[in-house]
Amino acid sequence: MTQPFLKVEALAKRYPGPAGKPANTVFENIHFGIAKGEFACIVGHSGCGKTTILNVLAGLDEASEGVVIMDGREVRGPSLDRGVVFQGHALLPWLSTLKNVEFGVRSRWPQWTPKQIEAHSIRYLEMVGLGHALHKKPAELSGGMKQRVGIARAFAIQPKMLLLDEPFGALDALTRGTIQDELLAIVQATHQTVFMITHDVDEAILLADKVLLMSNGPHARIAEIVDITMPRDRSRATIHHDPQYYRIRNHLVDFLVNRSRDYAAGAPAAAAHDPRNPPLVRPGLEGGAEVLPLPAGAAPAAPQLKPVSSASA
Amino acid sequence: MRSARPWLAPLLSALFLALLVGVWYLATYQPAAEATVDSEYAALVGQAASTGAKSAMPTPGEVGAKLWEHLSDPFYDRGTNDKGIGIQLLYSIGRVLLGFGLAALVAIPLGFVIGMSPLIYKALDPFIQVLKPVSPLAWMPLALYTIKDSGISAIFVIFICSLWPMLVNTAFGVAGVRRDWLNVARTLEVSRLRTAFQVILPAAAPTIMTGMRISIGIAWLVIVAAEMLVGGTGIGYFVWNEWNNLSIANIISAILFIGLIGMALDTLLARLARAVTYRE
Repeated sequence: MTQPFLKVEALAKRYPGPAGKPANTVFENIHFGIAKGEFACIVGHSGCGKTTILNVLAGLDEASEGVVIMDGREVRGPSLDRGVVFQGHALLPWLSTLKNVEFGVRSRWPQWTPKQIEAHSIRYLEMVGLGHALHKKPAELSGGMKQRVGIARAFAIQPKMLLLDEPFGALDALTRGTIQDELLAIVQATHQTVFMITHDVDEAILLADKVLLMSNGPHARIAEIVDITMPRDRSRATIHHDPQYYRIRNHLVDFLVNRSRDYAAGAPAAAAHDPRNPPLVRPGLEGGAEVLPLPAGAAPAAPQLKPVSSASA
Repeated sequence: MRSARPWLAPLLSALFLALLVGVWYLATYQPAAEATVDSEYAALVGQAASTGAKSAMPTPGEVGAKLWEHLSDPFYDRGTNDKGIGIQLLYSIGRVLLGFGLAALVAIPLGFVIGMSPLIYKALDPFIQVLKPVSPLAWMPLALYTIKDSGISAIFVIFICSLWPMLVNTAFGVAGVRRDWLNVARTLEVSRLRTAFQVILPAAAPTIMTGMRISIGIAWLVIVAAEMLVGGTGIGYFVWNEWNNLSIANIISAILFIGLIGMALDTLLARLARAVTYRE
């Protein structure tokens, strides 16, 4: 097997415990890889260290153990090769939309003229549908528009990899749906390699090629890697008609609700589990073991409200 | 205040002013002076005593006349002890701006360093905590002895008193810049210098401006006292000189002008603060 584009090996984060006590381990033995052009989502309960992993990938935080190798080089410190979309959008409030995007573009291509920088930035803002709000300050934008600027800023520097930290967590369902569609379209068009944290199982299925399931912290690890075995040209409007959709969804929800705590040290699932090679699961396709029978009488999980995508943020 | 009656507040202000002047007028009103003193005694001790109980406290009319006198010729210069109030105010404003400007040149860069480095913050904090509460006038003898120039000593005192609010506020503002914004700069590989000028400075600017506004207010308070001590020129010296002349009307005029200039300085800084404030 060839080396994946991004390779995470034996990553661990420990905080020093109180004097005399063992260190507080958030996660350990994290191994995974992401291929070029692949969209990976990481799902897990709060406190399992998802954001820390993302920050380590971004170079903003340092792991206690382990290495991250991207494109053949070890990740040490932040780099323009990895664009980050922050949970709280993190726009500079004294700059206009355009200047916020230009801020990164100027850093990426310092030799460009102001005209080039502006044209490039406008192109990316138009890509996220904000061509009309170039000169507005972030405070004048809605939550969805702010996050779009954050996405445009990250894409505009044309990073080798995009890291998204629960980018839609603070948005209402309608806006979230719209921006998910936009992100899906952009990622499909650009073949961007993406690593994304989400709490939303439906969002993960819609966007991802594979979903990394994390067990609960402390001592969190990658419990399974779920292959999203649906054709790549998905759309939010039709995805739930695919018979695979609910098999995968049930598998993910079942993991989060029932199985995510079974990996603590000493638990039976942990003993059989090799964190170096977490099992790759294809719900509904392999052996049928992953197809979890619904308890008698229970209704299938109710589909979430699927808003019509024409609504704007 | 309801916007439907925007004239109500100014009307009330005018009413209060009229009330104040009225009380003042009644308090200083004196019926035609009768000769309460023996004329021979009066001839002996001079004109002032002959009017008996005549107070040095001027009537509103006298102060009004004095104000008009100052306003109609503010910049005359007839020797050391007789300069127009405008000239004296300009001296004071000059000293304040000079001392304040020098303090800003030191406090803002130093505050930046303190705010960015927890180590330097901890190292310098004891000095700041001890020196900050010292009355700026306590520095005056030290300044006079080392600088040997009363004018520069006054500027030094203004420098010292303007320093602390700007230093502390700059450090506070810089240290409090949102982690997210710094992370944005880091992930975009923005150089440290560009981060300082394009992220930290604008982010901390409102806090820094608040410090500057406090500083200029304190500087304007202190200049009067400082000039009373060093003498020579300035509105503080003017007030002290008029006290020696027992010209209360002049002192009241000076108080009025000091207040107006102080308000103008504060308004100016408030304008600047508004220009750098951002909405999140």
